[in-house]
Amino acid sequence: MKNHDLKYVLKLELMQSLRSTWFWSYSILFGGFVAIMFALGITESQVIGFLGLGRLMITFMQVCIVVLPIYILITTVRSIVGDRETHVMEYFLSLPISFSSYLLGKFISRYIEIFTPVFLALTGAVLWGMFQGIDVPWDLFALYVVLLAVLTFCFLGIGMMISVKANTQTHAIGSAFILWLLLVALLDIILMGAMLKLRISPELVIGFGMINPLQVFRTGVLVLFDPSLTVMGAASYYILDTVGRGIFITFSIIYPLLLGFLFLWLSLRSFKNNDVV
Amino acid sequence: MNTTDNILIEAQHLTKMFKNATVIDDLSIAFGGGERISLSGPNGAGKTTLMRCILGQYLYQGKLSVLGQNPRKHHLEIMRNVGFVPQLAPPLKMTIQELIGFFVQLTDRHSEDFTRIAEKMGLQIQPNLRKPFYKLSGGMKQKLLVAFALGRDPKILLMDEPAANLDPAARMIFFDYLQNYNPQALMILCSHRMNEIAGIINRNIEMDLGKVVLDQKINQTLN
Repeated sequence: MKNHDLKYVLKLELMQSLRSTWFWSYSILFGGFVAIMFALGITESQVIGFLGLGRLMITFMQVCIVVLPIYILITTVRSIVGDRETHVMEYFLSLPISFSSYLLGKFISRYIEIFTPVFLALTGAVLWGMFQGIDVPWDLFALYVVLLAVLTFCFLGIGMMISVKANTQTHAIGSAFILWLLLVALLDIILMGAMLKLRISPELVIGFGMINPLQVFRTGVLVLFDPSLTVMGAASYYILDTVGRGIFITFSIIYPLLLGFLFLWLSLRSFKNNDVV
Repeated sequence: MNTTDNILIEAQHLTKMFKNATVIDDLSIAFGGGERISLSGPNGAGKTTLMRCILGQYLYQGKLSVLGQNPRKHHLEIMRNVGFVPQLAPPLKMTIQELIGFFVQLTDRHSEDFTRIAEKMGLQIQPNLRKPFYKLSGGMKQKLLVAFALGRDPKILLMDEPAANLDPAARMIFFDYLQNYNPQALMILCSHRMNEIAGIINRNIEMDLGKVVLDQKINQTLN
């Protein structure tokens, strides 16, 4: 018998998600956000160098920085531990489904569910812009799609790890929230404040910034604009000034991807080497 | 019946601990093809833990072989030959139609293999096809889970209180079905209602504090 269990788990997970309220609310949130930005004429305004579709895209990405990581964490951390608590996992793992297919099926389906609405919203904005005769910054669009793809991958990996390790859903959600607060705290503003107040060396601040996937994403989003723009934020400016644009773009894609793979591998390892129910 | 070449499950010095609590204590036992076993005992005796070890869901100390293989290392291969009915029905969100489709694909069986058994126990499949599983009544869920386990025609059947939610008519059909099930298969039934399963079983095992305290063969012709 051929081993197609991953395919069937994935299909089942996707079917379940398409029926869930959270998936449609989340899709409407991002789609609606783009529509509102168009309706408010954001593409026609010009603020400190940003204009046209580029301005809309960067605003969209700023929203993603705030919403996407915490959304991914909160929804993903409940998946494995939730199935364990409700005996769904006990049942599924009594079927011819391997441990890795079960976990990977959940991971891949969540990736599709989370990335697709964001990608469609961004693509929709580009198509609508083209229809209205606005110039499309294709290089920016391509970079943003890749950044969103790797950000989703990274936080899904982290979320899976928390979900595999947590004993209860409450514990998992609490851990996800603390992690998110920590990552937000290690963004630009607080880092620079700490540098001035505690006389921390700039290298240490950059080091913290570079290991924080949120900061890497934020800097990556702004990297194609003029690096002297004040909107960039102090740490981003410093990072870019130190490592250069080309290197940073490569880093902002590869680092979250590696982080995502690392956490996914650790979750798989932990899942396969411990009691699963 | 239980000859060495017919052994489907064998535990040697099997021990399962949760932190400092020993739930299965140095258990050595073998279950063979053709055996219909009643596994009973008070709450916390280790019945469900033993089932979960057999299903490869728990790590353990000692040796455990299911169909000649380690249930942790060869989980997928073993589960192709194991049917399981849990005590608590999982709150699955998919519809009956999707669930049947899933089982058909996963187990390479026909949908009739499952629907025939469910309908025999009184569950009307057609009018309920679009209903999510978790919205069904307890009895309907149990009938479907039984159908999914039996319809795969497994070599090993593990059932944890499988008839608890069934109505009397469905219960009779279910036990009748078990009585006529593949005589080469191994059946392990966890149940507190001994009178109900007395006519089916040919071995009675009682557990307490992680150990077997009673293991007796039952001659069905005398029974």
